[in-house]
Amino acid sequence: MAKVKPRVKLQKKADKGEVITIKTLISHPMESGQRKDKSGNVIPRKIINSFKCEFNGKPVFSCDMDPAISANPYLEFMAKVEESGTFAFTWVDDDGSVYTTEEKITVE
Amino acid sequence: MRKAIVFGAAALAIVGAGAASFAEPVNDELVIDGETKIITRAKAPEGSPFEEVTSGWLYRTKETRALEADSFENPGMLYVERGEEIWNMAAGAAGKSCAECHGDASESMKGVGAHYPKWNAEAGKPFNLELQINACREANMKAEPYKFDAPDQKALVTYIKNQSLGTPVAIDLDAGEMRAWWEKGKEAYYTRMGQLNLSCASCHEQNNGKYIRADHLSQGNTNGFPTYRLKQANMVSLHNRFRGCIRDTRAAQPKAFSDVLMALEVYVAWRGTGLSVETPAVRQ
Amino acid sequence: MTFNRREALAVAAGALAFAVTGARIAWAAAEDTKKALMDFTGGAEPQTGRITLDAPEIAENGNTVPVSVSVESPMTAEDYVESVTILAEGNPSPAVATFHFTAMSGEAAASTRMRLAKTQNVIAVAKMSDGSVFMDTKEVKVTIGGCGG
Repeated sequence: MAKVKPRVKLQKKADKGEVITIKTLISHPMESGQRKDKSGNVIPRKIINSFKCEFNGKPVFSCDMDPAISANPYLEFMAKVEESGTFAFTWVDDDGSVYTTEEKITVE
Repeated sequence: MRKAIVFGAAALAIVGAGAASFAEPVNDELVIDGETKIITRAKAPEGSPFEEVTSGWLYRTKETRALEADSFENPGMLYVERGEEIWNMAAGAAGKSCAECHGDASESMKGVGAHYPKWNAEAGKPFNLELQINACREANMKAEPYKFDAPDQKALVTYIKNQSLGTPVAIDLDAGEMRAWWEKGKEAYYTRMGQLNLSCASCHEQNNGKYIRADHLSQGNTNGFPTYRLKQANMVSLHNRFRGCIRDTRAAQPKAFSDVLMALEVYVAWRGTGLSVETPAVRQ
Repeated sequence: MTFNRREALAVAAGALAFAVTGARIAWAAAEDTKKALMDFTGGAEPQTGRITLDAPEIAENGNTVPVSVSVESPMTAEDYVESVTILAEGNPSPAVATFHFTAMSGEAAASTRMRLAKTQNVIAVAKMSDGSVFMDTKEVKVTIGGCGG
């Protein structure tokens, strides 16, 4: 797809101290650098090589990705929430592009 | 000598299918996000060789089935989102978007995809969604028609078809000359072709439930197309899959949307009457 | 068809050469994986237990194989899982992904989808905040489909 678009899913509300599940998906071909085009030339590697999730500016989870991650990379992980705030998600592409999105959560 | 090779290849294919263990489609229920109930087994339409028509979803592993049951985990939904953008984007000399005439797709396109292919009197042939979109682009938007399998074509068809998620497939064979196209499609379905001398029926009617190498053969219904295929990690259109199957029999491939493949689409879509639209389905 | 002595020797030599080359390739892959593992653990030998790797026994398509890991840990600021790496022995390069956790992760659990070139062992290794290392392995069979697969 022409445009890289992140998707994130998490609950809007949680109890204090609850451990919630966060799911993320981003449209990206994850070109491995192992494939050849029709004329036999190697298609250069272009993948999302890292991801991070922060909550109110503090690190929650991060991931280094290699070319063995499937196209349209999916990541699911957990977070413990003690207060209301904002999750910030960042994906970094081999070409230097950075894709970001945010989600708010209310903790009662 | 050539005959001997062809015979040998066909014999190999049949032995391969016959020797593989028999594995029935699973008994499982597909409810997307715990909300949208999908009909994966339906009483076959009159004239069908089957008693029951079954969705390809029932032939997949539990991991693949789980991907389709969750609209967030289903990577095909990325293309639904892209399709929504295209729906609302002006294109062509008329400066119009789909939305300008058709409004909110969740209302105007609800159920529409379940009734395609559909007779088009003006063209004098059945239209699928791809042909309908292209006709609309040319006549109303003054835009270039999409080339076969252009990413935007696949995304827009996926989006429109997704508005019918859960709606049972029902093709109107009484309109125009649909019956004649259905007959033509039926003839194509049972015609053996290629070096392997296989017809659609050889795999999907006579051997569904068995394995061809490691692929668990389904009835080959069309209710999930365009479908997200794990192999391509991308959306695969129905005519792409038709051509892929024909290539696998080692026959010359007809062009996408050619009369023979449109007739086949009419016939195969009818065979799956009663199954819910699953677009974007997730398959191997 | 009968071989004379020279032909028979040539065939035997060819078979031997093939066997040796084949073995060397297999060793190279295992060496790469071992190296990646040791780079990750800093030389510590992994123990069994505490980490669970989940992947299908048979993957329907090697291009998209779901994989999950979870590690038993209190996940407090003093005692937590630092990171988990996933390695695929039979891929051109063994590295798949490395997850980094914090006390704010709540639980050391993560899932993704990976590419597997063929049937092989998938390995998950967890590094704890106290430096101890745990490992789990699972064989995933990757089938080759009949339909354009």
